[in-house]
Amino acid sequence: MSVEIEFTDDHGSAGGFATEEMTLNMGPQHPSTHGVLRFVVKADGEVMRRAVPDVGYLHRSIEKIAEKVGWHGFMPYTDRVDYVAAMTCNQAWAMAAESLGGVEVPRRAEYCRVIAAELGRICSHLLAFGAMGMDIGAFTPFTHAIREREMINDLLEELCGARLTFNYLRIGGVAWDLPPDYAHKVLRFLDRFIPLVDEFDDLLSNNKIYIERLADVAVISPEMAIAYNLVGPNLRASGVDYDLRRDRPYSVYPDFDFTVPVGKGTWGSVGDCWERYIVRLHEMRESAKIVRQALEGLPGGPVIAKVRRNFKPPAGEVHIRVETPRGDQSWYVVSDGSERPYRVHIRTGSFSAMSIIESLSNGLMIADLVALIASLDVVAPEVDR
Amino acid sequence: MLEFLNGLAAANPEVPGVLLRVAGMLAFGALVVFVFILPVAGITSWVERRVWARIQSRIGPNRVGPGGFLQWLADGLKNLLKEDVIPQAVDEPLFRIAPYLVVAGFVAAFVAIPFGGSLIIADLNIGILYITAITSLVVVGILMAGWSSNNKWSMLGGIRSATQIISYEIPLGLTIFPVVLVSGTLSTQGITAAQGWAPHTWHMFHNPFLLVSFLLFFVCALAEGNRTPFDLPEAESELVAGFATEYSGMRSLLFFLAEWGNLYVIGALVATLFMGGWQVPRFTDDPTLLAVAQFFTIFLKAYFWVFVAMWVRATLPRIRIDQLMALCWKYLVPMALLNTLGTAFFMVLFPEGSLVVRIALVAVVLAIIFVFARRVRFHLARARGLGYGAV
Repeated sequence: MSVEIEFTDDHGSAGGFATEEMTLNMGPQHPSTHGVLRFVVKADGEVMRRAVPDVGYLHRSIEKIAEKVGWHGFMPYTDRVDYVAAMTCNQAWAMAAESLGGVEVPRRAEYCRVIAAELGRICSHLLAFGAMGMDIGAFTPFTHAIREREMINDLLEELCGARLTFNYLRIGGVAWDLPPDYAHKVLRFLDRFIPLVDEFDDLLSNNKIYIERLADVAVISPEMAIAYNLVGPNLRASGVDYDLRRDRPYSVYPDFDFTVPVGKGTWGSVGDCWERYIVRLHEMRESAKIVRQALEGLPGGPVIAKVRRNFKPPAGEVHIRVETPRGDQSWYVVSDGSERPYRVHIRTGSFSAMSIIESLSNGLMIADLVALIASLDVVAPEVDR
Repeated sequence: MLEFLNGLAAANPEVPGVLLRVAGMLAFGALVVFVFILPVAGITSWVERRVWARIQSRIGPNRVGPGGFLQWLADGLKNLLKEDVIPQAVDEPLFRIAPYLVVAGFVAAFVAIPFGGSLIIADLNIGILYITAITSLVVVGILMAGWSSNNKWSMLGGIRSATQIISYEIPLGLTIFPVVLVSGTLSTQGITAAQGWAPHTWHMFHNPFLLVSFLLFFVCALAEGNRTPFDLPEAESELVAGFATEYSGMRSLLFFLAEWGNLYVIGALVATLFMGGWQVPRFTDDPTLLAVAQFFTIFLKAYFWVFVAMWVRATLPRIRIDQLMALCWKYLVPMALLNTLGTAFFMVLFPEGSLVVRIALVAVVLAIIFVFARRVRFHLARARGLGYGAV
């Protein structure tokens, strides 16, 4: 895909100096593009006129692969849709297949899924928090966040043997039951982790320079957020109180008591970069609450339903929406009754978040663009799939 | 130094005196560069990485030598052996010269920086003026590097650096004025001599304005040295590596050498101007022993501020270029001007200075340190409670 930029107007020539806009190529190899994103930036000195995102550098045609590998075989590929939060993608695929095939998932399996997914959400938000600090120039929060993320990775490794691409869920349940004494280990981690989130607040969130850099930068109004189909924390930071886990409940989320953090405009206006950042920090606390409740109310029973190895759901189509750390991820899956899905399409949060960058970019500074990308928590593999 | 050379010239009338003096200066300069400046800059890199690591709950370099102490030598050797890539599209002569200018700028500053009562390369009568002037050479080198790299990110870095350093020269110069007013000389040795070894005789406690000047000076010096929160020219997340993007091998390392060396210059200037420099109590009549004590005094004072700069770098995010300019022109410059005026008024009121004011200011600073220490203790205790105690 090529990006064409027309030179719209001629800036400068005010005091006899003819100034020219500079076209900068930011990425695909750039430290703060979080993977392989590319922006064609038209800038007047440090002030941007336009930043055009150019996506597709990480396209692996995952949706097409689904048509070849079959229902069970596609599960490991879903890890790669968003490898920062693989568990929720697993969940979406399992839910789609179960919904088409009419599989009843055991309650204990749903609880295991929720525990794993919420730990994954904390993981993903920790990375977003650290990367945000690093993009603003503070390196220390990143190492502290990664330290905690390692602890969760250890927990998830114990659960499913993998630290990044989990492949934990199966159609009809989960691959393995919780290991012995797992609840105790997770609770011990959470007891220590939640006070640390307060420490992150001390370290970064309420830092004067940090606030100055992020408050009132790249404000997204609620109308704009809805018009551009922003989802998840980005949408909630703009003041739209919408969370699939609460408003279109799936799995066993109705069993749990948690609040949905919404942007309040603490330092600037609702929908600025700081709000998007702080909503994620609050969500970590809420996720921890959910994990705690799930561990306490864990029912007994099997963790996987009986599903045929040659899984052939009847012909039909299904639209599944899952609240991933990057928001509402919708999966549209069509089955023609064979052992392979007929068509899979994924609509991801990062993709729509990329589309809003261009319209926000006019008048921002180059440093603000970096902050904006970080605050939208765009993850390259999820954009391109 | 000069006296020694003068004596040497008088003892050897057959050698032209000028030649002897120039040769002596060069020899001494080279000695200082190789024995002091390069190791200090190198070791600072190791210290910075260790301090950073400790703050970030990592370990840091720990393989080469005890505690990784020789890492700086290993890195230096490695970079010397690496290929010095000169991209095709660069303006080659400028591209090659730029790192040397940057290094020359900071090395030349050491000419007027005192290491002790008798240890100074040249006690210029315009010493402090010379230092502020010669360190501006760095900006020429950085701008040259940014422009000649023929890379837009490098150029943005170079331009940012030029804007930043030129703007911050002004408040930096203005914060030095009050010191010069109080001590009545521009010579670095003269400024040190106007203070005593005891804290209440230091310039920073002379009057309230000087205390503020001292803080402003440190902020401006951080900006001059491209240190966080003012490290915009090499803002990694924005400009890749800023002006140094296209450099590789030793040339790239020279930029960093200048940065770490500059840290010591900043620390030594803060110590000399505001904190009594090399002044020690006259505990012995042995000049050698006294010189050693003086050297370690100013070295420790300077290194304390180097440590603070590292600490700040590991803690604070980076500010934006427009905020940087606003901070300089809207806040620092007017405050520095007011400080100059205030000091002048104070000197009219108290031509001899006031012991009461000095003691009161020391008490204020001690109180601030006390409050700060309590907060540090609180946070450490909380971290220990969470299982993140002293590693």
